Amino acid sequence: MTADEVAAGLPESLDEIAQDFAALSARDRLTLLLDFSDELPELPERYQGHAELLERVDECQSPLFLVVEVEGAHDALGSQQATVRLFFQAPPEAPTTRGFAGILHEGLDGLTVAEVLAVPDDAPYRFGLGEAVSPLRLRGMVAMLARIKRQVRIKSAA
Amino acid sequence: MAVASDDNISFKDYAHPERLVSTEWLARQLNDGVVGSSDLVVLESDEDVLLYETGHIPGAVKVDWHLDLNDPVKRDYVDGRRFAQILGERGIGRDTTVVIYGDKSNWWAAYALWVFTLFGHQDVRLLDGGRAKWVAQGREMTRDVPDRTIVEYPVVERNDAPIRAFRDDVLAHIGQPMVDVRSPGEYSGELLHMPDYPQEGAMRGGHIPGARSVPWARAAAEDGTFKSRVDLEAIYVDEQGLAPSDDVVAYCRIGERSSHTWFVLTHLLGFERVRNYDGSWTEWGNAVQVPIEVGAQ
Repeated sequence: MTADEVAAGLPESLDEIAQDFAALSARDRLTLLLDFSDELPELPERYQGHAELLERVDECQSPLFLVVEVEGAHDALGSQQATVRLFFQAPPEAPTTRGFAGILHEGLDGLTVAEVLAVPDDAPYRFGLGEAVSPLRLRGMVAMLARIKRQVRIKSAA
Repeated sequence: MAVASDDNISFKDYAHPERLVSTEWLARQLNDGVVGSSDLVVLESDEDVLLYETGHIPGAVKVDWHLDLNDPVKRDYVDGRRFAQILGERGIGRDTTVVIYGDKSNWWAAYALWVFTLFGHQDVRLLDGGRAKWVAQGREMTRDVPDRTIVEYPVVERNDAPIRAFRDDVLAHIGQPMVDVRSPGEYSGELLHMPDYPQEGAMRGGHIPGARSVPWARAAAEDGTFKSRVDLEAIYVDEQGLAPSDDVVAYCRIGERSSHTWFVLTHLLGFERVRNYDGSWTEWGNAVQVPIEVGAQ
């Protein structure tokens, strides 16, 4: 496998989700997206009521806040092998945005810094959601991914 | 056949009270089994494409402004053939009463209503207070999607001119009454640039010269219903100096928020000529050589 092919692939966890979506009709994809929205984990207590610790993703049509933690960035393993943790907050009135966050949470939470940074920027377009929710709306998910990778880069830097 | 208007006393002062129904009225129609008949179809139109799926008013059918009402290729609304298909699939005939409701104080519902008006659908109304009020009152919601019997809706070509303004119309309109319904930051031109981030937006910030800043939400009360006629007149007539006989153009970013203002001016205050410029700032702020004004009013 060449470096280019590696760079273009999705991590296994995200790829599984992409395959689940690909197997469905446009209408059923919405239902699956709703499942991801329903199952997005609550913000842990330490972040609740601390909006200042979260980053707002302005590109989403509805307010979404996220924060990244990098576990063990400075231990002997080296920051590239440190574990990425993702936390999101979006209101129930914004199920599409919550669904996007749910996909990224399930697909990226627990991966290493190197794996998250290698996720292609166009990953949000690989779930077949364009025809179900429109490509315009997917920009919110592209922005989420960009902000996640940016936070990972900053927080894993020595 | 059309359903009788809601004679709710709180609507009686509006210029066209028949354009609104209350949550109580809709609950009664539900009870009486009228919702979903060929007489009355209820549509939900939201910003969020998935909100309907999380739960909706029983019997309501979804219409999506982007996937159903916009042309999939060019920047325009669907044509008469596609519109007939969208409505027919939802069990709407040319004479059916359509009640639209949605999120965000009905702004997307007003947008859908405005598009229906381009096609001359006669009886289309808004649920005052929209989705939020229905939910706040603890009324029934369901995830069940109703099966609709397809009906024949005639192919009617859009008649844009009376209520839709295009860029050249707006250029020629400069100097006459114009309302910018975006937020103050968008109006002044401050809100545009965000370093490092992908941004759907415009090349330039500011507003169309001479446009007055009246953010759309000023017309909505806290519970998402429309303000009373007296309160609306205080804003648009007393404060902004608009008159019902004025030729008014309203715009925002893509024409959705300004549909809300279009509804207020046209149906609640009885203005005779209000056009929505749906190209709005995403066209104007990217167009070459059009004049732009910056700064607060």
